[in-house]
Amino acid sequence: MVSVSNDKNSNIASSPPTGFQVIFREFIKDKLALVSLIGIILVTAYVFIMAYLFINVDEIMRVSLRDKYAAPGEKFLLGADQGGRDIFGQLVIGAKNSLEIAIGVTIITSIFGIIVGLICGYFGGWIDNIIMRIIDFFITIPSLMLIIVFVTIIPKYSQYDLVLIISLFAWPGIARLVRSKALSEGKRDYVNASKTLGTNDFIIIFREIMPNLSSILIVETTLNFAGNIGIETVLSYLGFGLPPSTPSLGTLVSYANNPLILQQYWWCWLPAALFILIMMLAINFVGQAFRRAADARQRLG
Amino acid sequence: MWKTVVRRVVIMIPQLFVLSLLVFILAQFMPGDPYSGAITPETDPARIEELREKAGLNDPWYEQYVRWVGNLVQGELGKSYTFQRSVGDLIGEKATNTLWLSLLSVILLYSIAIPLGILAGRYNNSKLDKSIVLYSFISYAIPTFVLGLLFLYLFGYTLRWFPTVGSVSVGLDPGTLAWYWDKIYHLILPASTFAVLGTTGVIQYLRSEIIDAKSLDYVRTARSKGIPMRKVYSKHIFRNSLLPIAAFLGFTITGLLGGSIIIETIFGYPGMGQLFINAILSRDYSVITALVMLYGFLALLGSLLSDIIMSIVDPRIRIE
Repeated sequence: MVSVSNDKNSNIASSPPTGFQVIFREFIKDKLALVSLIGIILVTAYVFIMAYLFINVDEIMRVSLRDKYAAPGEKFLLGADQGGRDIFGQLVIGAKNSLEIAIGVTIITSIFGIIVGLICGYFGGWIDNIIMRIIDFFITIPSLMLIIVFVTIIPKYSQYDLVLIISLFAWPGIARLVRSKALSEGKRDYVNASKTLGTNDFIIIFREIMPNLSSILIVETTLNFAGNIGIETVLSYLGFGLPPSTPSLGTLVSYANNPLILQQYWWCWLPAALFILIMMLAINFVGQAFRRAADARQRLG
Repeated sequence: MWKTVVRRVVIMIPQLFVLSLLVFILAQFMPGDPYSGAITPETDPARIEELREKAGLNDPWYEQYVRWVGNLVQGELGKSYTFQRSVGDLIGEKATNTLWLSLLSVILLYSIAIPLGILAGRYNNSKLDKSIVLYSFISYAIPTFVLGLLFLYLFGYTLRWFPTVGSVSVGLDPGTLAWYWDKIYHLILPASTFAVLGTTGVIQYLRSEIIDAKSLDYVRTARSKGIPMRKVYSKHIFRNSLLPIAAFLGFTITGLLGGSIIIETIFGYPGMGQLFINAILSRDYSVITALVMLYGFLALLGSLLSDIIMSIVDPRIRIE
């Protein structure tokens, strides 16, 4: 990645752009990704501020039969559900819960997956062999089904248990990818040079190899975040995610399981479904922009 | 090549063992047993205990495990406690429905993905290519249940083009042409949901494969011999690029299985996925364990299939 500049006057242009400059340029070139990024930040900030400071969950979840299926209008921005509960308020609280779970799963699986992947890829050998067999197994088996079984047999589970159960099945994918990258990175000259100098293996892994993989790790983390929103919402949609008393984007969409609501009271489920859809698209657009920034061949700017 | 196949099959044995152990342990943790539902104030606790003893539920776990695996191998899956029927029969009935759904999904998937992948690869960087890439990108980002519901709402309820629930209308005689047509008619919406979501991988793979092939030596050779570009595509590039697509079939099976739980629930389609959700809701644990085992087995089989096809079409990939 050497940028050759014929312009003698500009000294800045001759130094290769740093990671953040590359990412910044990529977002300037790709307006869709830029809009997505700003949108995600604004919506997330709004959801968290509203959910923690301004919305009272008990008030939102209080049943008021007089407002049963109230249409969107002045009293309720997005109408009310069969219990007369404000859909907009539930949407904000639900988005907060779904995002929190997705963030939790992303953090746990990233840390675990990156550490296991780096160690396996760097050291190789029989430990790597065994761990890769386990990872292959985890990736192949139908995880959605097993998560549902887990959730069913744990008597009283909380948000945190749900995060752990999903993480249990989500880390192997990250570990496998990181391993393959660490494997090729570990054969580079700079790693060999560092080994010859007698650098501690763990310093090589975390201080030398990991920073060189950082762009790929950012891309993966972003795309995994989208994937984790998908897993949580589908579980809640099927009724095996957050308990029904805690709104999630998935539980809101699951109102649509009642054909009457699906047909006539679209405001109960459609906003949550569209919210998920737009959020997923936006995160993926941002992830793709990161990916192009990480791969010099695909760059736009 | 046979060595590779045998090696790959051998790898599957420990995988199956771990799967069976995992499923068995999960089953042990499931709350209650078939007889706890039968307890009423009038039942004699000794009678329940007797039944449990007879069913072998008080034996040590390894004995139960060996017996369970032995039964599994013989196709004896136990009895559903909700339906009071053999689990094998119950699953067999639903499996045909899921099989039809999967078959139509795969046909639709490939008939959408292959032409789009070829067009995007052949005319890359054109407007057409860019819109195909955007499409594959959107279909990658949408969660299954959201697209399923939107399809159901739009095509099922609003436009009323397709039926919204079930696998066949009542009142038709099985075996008649109308009956078969009605079955397919019920399948179109769920199958296309799956097909749309599954196209991403195939399109992107085919597209990059064709773009890469354009600059390869064999294509240049063909061009320098004076073969028109159209023929180079149809006789040389497509043949080479389409072969690895066959390997996607195995992964598609894995994806279909996971998707069947969601799609069958949304469209009220009586297949194995819906049976699983119903079994979970009614704590019918002999059905749950049998289905988890079956799904796990099929998923492992799918990845085996993919690896074997891959090693046939691309001899460079061989397991040592």
